[in-house]
Amino acid sequence: MQAGVQIERKGARTFPRSPISFQEKLGPVELRSLAIETLQVNVGKLCNQACKHCHVDASPTRTEIMPREVVDACLQALHEFNIPTLDITGGAPELIPDFRYFVTEARAIRANVIVRHNLTVMHEEGQEELPQFFAENRVEVVSSLPYFNAAKTDSQRGTGVFDKSIEALRRLNDVGFGLENGLTLNLVYNPVGAFLPPDQASIEGDFKRELMARYGISFNSLFTITNMPIARFLDWLRRSGNETHYMSKLVNAFNPATVDGLMCRNLISVDWTGRLSDCDFNQMLDMPLADGLPQTIFDFKLERLSERRIVTADHCFGCTAGAGSSCGGAVAG
Amino acid sequence: MHYYNEEDLSRFGDIAKYKPELFEKFMAWYGACQEEGELTKREKALIGLAVAVTVQCPYCIDAFTSSCLENGSNMEQMTESIHLASAIRGGASLIHGIQSHNAHDKVSM
Repeated sequence: MQAGVQIERKGARTFPRSPISFQEKLGPVELRSLAIETLQVNVGKLCNQACKHCHVDASPTRTEIMPREVVDACLQALHEFNIPTLDITGGAPELIPDFRYFVTEARAIRANVIVRHNLTVMHEEGQEELPQFFAENRVEVVSSLPYFNAAKTDSQRGTGVFDKSIEALRRLNDVGFGLENGLTLNLVYNPVGAFLPPDQASIEGDFKRELMARYGISFNSLFTITNMPIARFLDWLRRSGNETHYMSKLVNAFNPATVDGLMCRNLISVDWTGRLSDCDFNQMLDMPLADGLPQTIFDFKLERLSERRIVTADHCFGCTAGAGSSCGGAVAG
Repeated sequence: MHYYNEEDLSRFGDIAKYKPELFEKFMAWYGACQEEGELTKREKALIGLAVAVTVQCPYCIDAFTSSCLENGSNMEQMTESIHLASAIRGGASLIHGIQSHNAHDKVSM
């Protein structure tokens, strides 16, 4: 670990109460990673929003921000091990001081760069030119929009978020994102409540039709993501009396066909201090990699991290229910 | 104490206890009816919700509300289906008013 990098975890560590353990449901299968194709970096918990379902517990009051030395260590790992894709998430990653440095340096070493962009941050002071910055760097933009109306979107993401999101999507379209043969703009649907997402292709069709008809907005693909029963969403499940029902739903919908496509098999997650996890959810639950493996980006060794045993717990049912769920949407037809 | 318990929905399979072969046939039929066919799963879930409200089964209402949401319907669409079912039910009552009119006409000068 580099001097001056603070290792501190403040995320919620509460696990959901499941009627059966994930490992028991998985059976004798030992979940192992394949090649690491994506370095997913959570640059911090600071966000201009505080969404009800956020697994990061991100908000405007959070102070965890990735320092430059961790950013540099991520860039070093990308370069040294030829990891094809950098996936930057948060919080709102654009709010950390080194965000643009991170993106431009990653592009300079020819990494594909995905930014999980919440749309509304574009309206913050100093962020107005984000569409141009994304376009100049040919970033793949992935943005959450839980529904194509204000009531559902604002209910989950905060009052006024829908209107700001629509304006941001227009600006992204204006510089070439989401158009045919243009720059990539993908949207993310997640249920506004304790139920599973619909069929991805079907709801994508609805979004494309309605966003174009109502607002003249286009995008490339819609990813459906299941709400993960941890952190703020788990708090809500408990407050609303939905935890038992939701966990039973996830367990009953366990689909073995999703296991091959789970995102933890192709990515490794880095937190704002540089610590490694099997995915962003494990990171928030303070679950490190399996014993004996390199534990930080500073001692990253691809040969030791590929084909590693993946650490699981009962929240993993969130990724294996129905058509499955990943940062790239459904994983099984 | 009340007659309907939410938890009983997940115990539906217990009804197989005394006649498993009949329940098995029912479940095969019930499941097959909801598969994608000439109608989409979404359309079938909306029909299911409308029928559930009409037969006033609280278990079916819970189940088909979830099913509608998980097949991509929104509350506006679901409420339209509920109104249609309710209107048909209202119409079914109202049309029987003609029976009354007929009865009146028969005995009236």
